Amino acid sequence: MSALLDLWTVVLVSAGAVFYLAGTVGLLRFPDALTRLHALTKADNLGLGLVVLGLVPQVGGVIIGIKLVAVWLLVMVSGACVAQLIARLVRHGSDPAP
Amino acid sequence: MTLLFDAALVVVLLGLAAWVVLARNAFAAVAAFIAYGLLLTLAWLQLHGIDIALTEAAIGGGLTGALLIGAVIRLRTAPPAAPATSMTLALAAIAAATTTAVLAACVLALPDPAPTLAPLVADNIAVTGVENAITAVLLAFRSMDTLLEAIVLLFALVGAWSLGADSAWPGRPGFAQSAPPNGILAYLARILPPIGLVIGVYIFWTGADNPGGKFQGATILAAIWLLTMAAGLTDAPRVGSRWLRAALVAGPLGFIAVGVFGSYSAGAFLALPPEAAKPLILAIEIALMPTLTLILALLLPGPPQRTSS
Repeated sequence: MSALLDLWTVVLVSAGAVFYLAGTVGLLRFPDALTRLHALTKADNLGLGLVVLGLVPQVGGVIIGIKLVAVWLLVMVSGACVAQLIARLVRHGSDPAP
Repeated sequence: MTLLFDAALVVVLLGLAAWVVLARNAFAAVAAFIAYGLLLTLAWLQLHGIDIALTEAAIGGGLTGALLIGAVIRLRTAPPAAPATSMTLALAAIAAATTTAVLAACVLALPDPAPTLAPLVADNIAVTGVENAITAVLLAFRSMDTLLEAIVLLFALVGAWSLGADSAWPGRPGFAQSAPPNGILAYLARILPPIGLVIGVYIFWTGADNPGGKFQGATILAAIWLLTMAAGLTDAPRVGSRWLRAALVAGPLGFIAVGVFGSYSAGAFLALPPEAAKPLILAIEIALMPTLTLILALLLPGPPQRTSS
């Protein structure tokens, strides 16, 4: 059972790391702000989600597990909203750091 | 593995620090400074300084970062500063190198193990009634430092306000915000406050026994208030308002009152009688919390700019 949970953690955290890597490569390689935002939100949402879900069996407590999931949900809400705000700034032509 | 992580952290921290100093663009330097603050938080976690990590994330990276972004935006409309002469640069380089050398010499000259008061704190912490050693040091053993810190913050706000124009006095700080009422910012400013209030008060309350405390909690509450201000849902209070001024001095005055009480009951200013140490520490924390929240939130909008209601 414990080996199975460890395998779950390894697979999910590795998958999360792949999304982080892809998001970072996208941030560095994509040509404009909107596509870079698109790449970053994948790291926030999917990457962090997979890492959190992978770590939940390892923390040894329901409360800490719920706190981890809450962190993921908060990052998703704020990440999605901030991405919208930046995208609106870009569209209106006042990109703060082109 | 941990060594590899620590080494990578140190390398990235040094690289970011160099970037902050060398970046040509002020905005890029501030962005690097915020990333530096977040990585420094990780470094403090690796050193098991969780209280300091929380403070660094909230104040070092978060609030200071926001203040610096505000400064960059103000500088855009200001006339460009004259470029530094080679004389100034040389003086700055010599001053920085000397400071670094003196600091390094001091750290390297420490005996091994370094002198520490930690055993003394560990022996006496039971008297204070709090379990978090950081809180015990800040509010019982070295409370003079904390009192002066709170007063310095108050002076910082008074300094920021005094930069306002006479015509704007006693108006509201910052510019009026007009985000679309159904926009995404207003949405965020409606769903985050309940969560932020609970987390801020929890971090404040748990500070007696676990990592946390009034500074970290107050920063979270201030951030939530600033979010609602930025979305146009609330407005900053007028700097002349009586309740605001009363609340701003209430914290330090409460702290000083506890100190004077100590000079009668325990024989020294700011001394805490052991039988009442825990309630008095709580009283100081509760008195300081609203003051700190107000100061930290109002530092960002800066001097008063609008006289209209």
